[in-house]
Amino acid sequence: MHEINDIEQAEIAKGAKGAKGAKGARAVKKDFDIPGTFVFTPAHARQGYHLNMFCMSLNKTENREAFRADPSAYLDKFKLTPAQRKAVETRDWLGMLQLGGNIYYTFKIAIADGLSMQHVSGCMAGISEEEFRQMMVKGGRRLGDPHTE
Amino acid sequence: MGKIIAGIGTSHVPAIGAAMDRGKANEPYWKPLFDGYLPAREWMKNNKPDVAIIVYNDHASAFSLELISTFTLGVADEFLPADEGYGPRAVPNVKGHAEFAWHLVEQLILDGFDMTIANDMPVDHGLTVPLSIMNGEVDVWPYPVIPLCVNVIQYPPPTGGRCFMLGKALRQAVEAFDEDLNVVIFGTGGMSHQLQGQRAGFINPEFDTMFLDGLTKDPASLASISHETYMREAGSEGIELVMWMIMRGAMGDNVKEIYRHYHVPASNTAAGLIILENA
Repeated sequence: MHEINDIEQAEIAKGAKGAKGAKGARAVKKDFDIPGTFVFTPAHARQGYHLNMFCMSLNKTENREAFRADPSAYLDKFKLTPAQRKAVETRDWLGMLQLGGNIYYTFKIAIADGLSMQHVSGCMAGISEEEFRQMMVKGGRRLGDPHTE
Repeated sequence: MGKIIAGIGTSHVPAIGAAMDRGKANEPYWKPLFDGYLPAREWMKNNKPDVAIIVYNDHASAFSLELISTFTLGVADEFLPADEGYGPRAVPNVKGHAEFAWHLVEQLILDGFDMTIANDMPVDHGLTVPLSIMNGEVDVWPYPVIPLCVNVIQYPPPTGGRCFMLGKALRQAVEAFDEDLNVVIFGTGGMSHQLQGQRAGFINPEFDTMFLDGLTKDPASLASISHETYMREAGSEGIELVMWMIMRGAMGDNVKEIYRHYHVPASNTAAGLIILENA
């Protein structure tokens, strides 16, 4: 499958190709191979739609309260797969992404739990919240560090 | 006619707003970041626009996966801070500029940019944190704001090249307005950061410096950066930097850098800020 390279992007930016519209159809890149990274592609969006929309419902105070009060009954309202449901119930943050979750959505569960982004990030990276925080204070995860290659 | 007098690029990390809202800006963790914002706030006071266009992204607040608009322009008289799960930020409501916003929408659509039009749209940290960064804690935001919301969550976002072209069209639309109006445009988000996956915490100062330098030296090359390059080099959420290309496109061909600040970390993110004026 043809990948769009930077030179072609430059042509698009200049309008040389953009003007062709549908006739200049290009093959679309379907997936990426970036270390330790989940790109929210159309395939992921389809897989994770109901999981993410469950998360979205937690923007409302009354829904957060209902979820906290009876997680099982609340989850019954959404069409999660058994694996997605288990990932939510066990707060398997990486698992949720593997099952189509998007971090901006799944993080809403963490907000409802009173957990920080650095806690969630640490879980996904296999380190504690404090270790994650220290890594960031020291300049973050840099090229060559674990999970970057 | 309308005139774009300056462009501002800035990160919009929610923790920056939370640090201000909770009175933590002077704590050792945050002080170096906020100290670097002081000259930018001074500049803002001396260059108060009649209206600001703020290019930002919504983070599953106003919009969800139900409806994903690539470019949305807010035409309301007022925009309320969104509840992102903690209750809305205790910052002033954001006043719009409906007449000017509708003019921009009309011009952009007739010019080939098929904008979505929002009459009612809560605004999240993506828009309010840049206002806090540039204006500090205020009772009323000092100027009205036109929100320009860009999808960068669902792949694919618009390309950097398309964003650059939208910026150019926006400049023409601003200049076609009847009234004399000084406009500042914000491009927000970034810089390098990654919130998700095992690579969470990824930061790339070399990429960020290249990007900041390129805004004055070679914006056309920045406009050609591919999505994959952004995600690989600036982290999956670093792709937000395409929104800075709208700001840069709206400026003239030649710009001068007035101020720059760069600090790691703001939570998970490399926080950058740049002020550009036309040369």
